[in-house]
Amino acid sequence: MKNSELVSKYMRDSRLPHIWCPGCGHGIIMHSIIRAIENLGLDKDKVTIVSGIGCSSRAPGYMDFNTLHTTHGRALAFATGIKLAKPDMKVIVISGDGDASAIGGNHLIHAARRNIGITTIVFNNNIYGMTGGQYSPTTPHGDFGTTAPYGNIDRPFDIANLAAAAGATYAARTTAFHATQMTNYIQKAIAHEGFSLVEAISVCPTYYGRKNKKGSAVAMMNFLKESFVDVKAAERMTPEQLQGKFLMGEFKHNTQLPEYSAEYQKIVDRLRKE
Amino acid sequence: MSKRIVKLMQGNEACVAGALAAGMKFFAGYPITPSTEIAEGSAEKLPEVGGKFIQMEDEIAGIAAAIGGSIAGFKSMTATSGPGFSLKQENIGYAALAEIPLVIVNVMRGGPSTGLPTSPGQGDVMQAMWGTHGDHPVIAISPQSVTEMYYETVRAFNLAEKYRTPVILMPDEVVGHMRERIEIPNADELEIFDRLKPVEGEDYIPYGVREGDLVPRMAGFGEGYRYHITGLFHDDMGFPTNSTVKAGVKINRLMAKITDNLEDLISYDEYLMDDAEIMIVAYGSTARTAKNAINKLRAEGIKVGMLRPITIWPYPVEATLARAKQVNKVLVVEHNLGQLMLEVERVVKSEAELHFLGRADGDVFVPSDIVKKVKEVL
Repeated sequence: MKNSELVSKYMRDSRLPHIWCPGCGHGIIMHSIIRAIENLGLDKDKVTIVSGIGCSSRAPGYMDFNTLHTTHGRALAFATGIKLAKPDMKVIVISGDGDASAIGGNHLIHAARRNIGITTIVFNNNIYGMTGGQYSPTTPHGDFGTTAPYGNIDRPFDIANLAAAAGATYAARTTAFHATQMTNYIQKAIAHEGFSLVEAISVCPTYYGRKNKKGSAVAMMNFLKESFVDVKAAERMTPEQLQGKFLMGEFKHNTQLPEYSAEYQKIVDRLRKE
Repeated sequence: MSKRIVKLMQGNEACVAGALAAGMKFFAGYPITPSTEIAEGSAEKLPEVGGKFIQMEDEIAGIAAAIGGSIAGFKSMTATSGPGFSLKQENIGYAALAEIPLVIVNVMRGGPSTGLPTSPGQGDVMQAMWGTHGDHPVIAISPQSVTEMYYETVRAFNLAEKYRTPVILMPDEVVGHMRERIEIPNADELEIFDRLKPVEGEDYIPYGVREGDLVPRMAGFGEGYRYHITGLFHDDMGFPTNSTVKAGVKINRLMAKITDNLEDLISYDEYLMDDAEIMIVAYGSTARTAKNAINKLRAEGIKVGMLRPITIWPYPVEATLARAKQVNKVLVVEHNLGQLMLEVERVVKSEAELHFLGRADGDVFVPSDIVKKVKEVL
């Protein structure tokens, strides 16, 4: 399907243009989500997209599904209610690095632990963009933010592996540069029955880039291209070759564990039979 | 009519029974004393009726998931107490602005902070009104008995569904934990209100209302109407707007849901008020103590009566004012250091002399405390 057809089928075009800054990577990720939904042939009425607060969380407003823009950090908790109430609904959460792993970190690990059938796409731009460039839980150590004027002394989260360790049964990471792979991972994540998470590395030239002298949006995209290495390729690389590199790829894919809302439905069915 | 079932029941159990009778199909919450029996009862009963229960990771997630359940089309409830009620405030505002029907039970204990977890209190009255930021509609109800817990839970669901707004049911710990006789009404004795759904064949405008209406019709997610819900101010289609005109229309309609329906929302009870010269204003378990005190005072020939708000917010202003004009003195008795008293003071103004009896140490009033206070102010 051509991009223009994809837009008219899945986007609320009266809501466009979006609010994101020139050079922002979020549009690429949003595109991958609707392309994955198209590839899976999902019924739009049976898809709910939930978000929290932040730049990324504005995405659902532009997308023609059941869409819910909630409070900061709480998207997964709202989404849990929807999925449990309606297990046949495909529930997708769009969240940012701050929304998902700082204020919403507790909900992230518990949704992963339950293995509830929600797909979370984390738009990770390494910064709080909406509020103007404060350091987030994924801002690299030593980098600058408006609240880290002397350099960030925090150590960053690895969100994909955090989710995997907490119990997510599908966890992957890719970048806005690797758009085809992004669509592929998101498609697998949405098709997955249990809790799935794709950490989508975005770029924020306006705040993170400017604060850290990362150059233009194109330069930042090139940085993604050159510094992310697939986890399988990394196995064949020396520590020297891996210096300064980041890992992407699929970190977990387990289809054996039961999905939460289906497990609850079993209790309902058993009690109703008795 | 079939015979009613008579039971010895706890207040929190009666809340669950009332919720199920009202059609509750979804509960999400977090354990906290003294409300936990409501979660426990919901966990046991909901799957039996095809409903869903989930214990979430924290209080905020509890209300968030309950809102999610309501958006999916199910009558939803969460229950909590003091500290949890504080944590839920942001999402109470969300439900008010996004117009999501929801019942929040706050079994009041002694505060502030962790406070007195197993002791009664009525210290959340003003928080129910002003706890979440910004101007917003509030409906809050305080039952005084196990029977009233049942009926007021049903009413809380009905009002939440009818007005598409969160309703706060706030018994104090005494009411939540007391056990007494209750006659469970038959299903056909209860009036149950379900949220209005979109009219088939008509264009659905998620937050649009017809001339003269105040409450938009609500489609559940997955029912074939794809629309947007946000906690930002929004237009009739549900999309964010910075228009001050649209924001003004929205907030005025939200508030009008309350102010234009006072008669439907307000519930209160009076005791021996017709010839009263002194009026006690009390609610919840405190009102039961006051009633006993009134009987003792009446036996001594002191003309005292009581006005008991059952709906706390919106406060029964007109009823209070009418009685304030009749009596010489008004005594507010509550299990805090003067919260609803501020509202009574606002209403009574100079119509009568205002007095107050309160405590916030976790102990309950006994009738003699109130008898003594009335005699002091005579």
